[in-house]
Amino acid sequence: MKYIEDFRDPQLAQKLATAIKNEVEPDRQYNLMEFCGGHTHAIFRYGIQDLLPGNIKFIHGPGCPVCVLPTGRIDSAIQLLQAEDIILCTYGDLMRVPASNRKSLMKVKAEGADVRMVFSTMDALKIARENPEREVVFFAIGFETTTPPTAVAIKTAQADNLNNFTVFCNHVLTPAAIQNILESPEVREIGSVSIDGFFCLSHVSSIIGSQLYEFFAEEYQKPVVIAGFEPLDVMQSALMLVRQINEGRHEVENEYRRVVSRNGNLKAQQLVASVMELRRNFE
Amino acid sequence: MCLALPAKIISMDETSDTAMVALGEVNVEVSLALVEDVQIDDFVLVHVGYALNKISQEEADETLRLFAEAGLTGEADS
Repeated sequence: MKYIEDFRDPQLAQKLATAIKNEVEPDRQYNLMEFCGGHTHAIFRYGIQDLLPGNIKFIHGPGCPVCVLPTGRIDSAIQLLQAEDIILCTYGDLMRVPASNRKSLMKVKAEGADVRMVFSTMDALKIARENPEREVVFFAIGFETTTPPTAVAIKTAQADNLNNFTVFCNHVLTPAAIQNILESPEVREIGSVSIDGFFCLSHVSSIIGSQLYEFFAEEYQKPVVIAGFEPLDVMQSALMLVRQINEGRHEVENEYRRVVSRNGNLKAQQLVASVMELRRNFE
Repeated sequence: MCLALPAKIISMDETSDTAMVALGEVNVEVSLALVEDVQIDDFVLVHVGYALNKISQEEADETLRLFAEAGLTGEADS
């Protein structure tokens, strides 16, 4: 597939590995954190760690919005399913996530609750259209990539007078999550976790733009590279971080230019702003 | 969760603001509600049934050129 194979080329990977090997300073430790599970996936799937010198270490960050979703939110959805005759729609990612008392959406579905796995918010709207007599609740999760599709669904439901469609909104913002990590005592205090540079998110950045990270690079004096999800993207980004660290720079660099711009997707941002309000705390 | 795939637009329907895209061998319908100025043959990044962004061919070529360039330095030094 175009834009995929080219970025997985093994020969280029070997060349990039050699370039990184030549540029790392042997006495220096490079602790690089990836915030996103997509990068962690690429690192493990393609064995990137093994291609790099031993003094480059990946520190795996928070992963994804499913991983950071408080159990209470899934408990609430299950309670809703038990109390009301609703159809609950959600992305497949959420189905197996454990709730309290060893429950999960998958289990309550097996017990008879009407939980539908959807691929898109458009599917949830379709279910609402097909079941006008029942309330359809979309359990919305995710960072800035899934938030605009939820906003579109709300706008569409309003335009189509779809009165049986509601959203249980659990969207979260990545800059807030990143800041929480950077403010954590383990990172701030010397001697526990030291991080020398960050891989920033691929697809979230395509929506929010690269400029949001400028604050982090400045405030925490750490280099940031926005990295694509393919193995060569991760390796090239590692090389860019190594260079910044060697040169004592802390800038936002964008390796994933084919998708990410400085301002991001303004249309998507405006849609979200017109439908949702920012809440300062999640729990 | 945040995985997204590059897909090529093969046809567009302005009334529903959707497009058929080719994801490798498979054709799927995606919403164009989040993108502007796309046309047939453009590549878009598809995520949860929506086109999130247009993919820039020029920037992709530039990134691939950078990989090759790093490779050259790597070869010369090793």
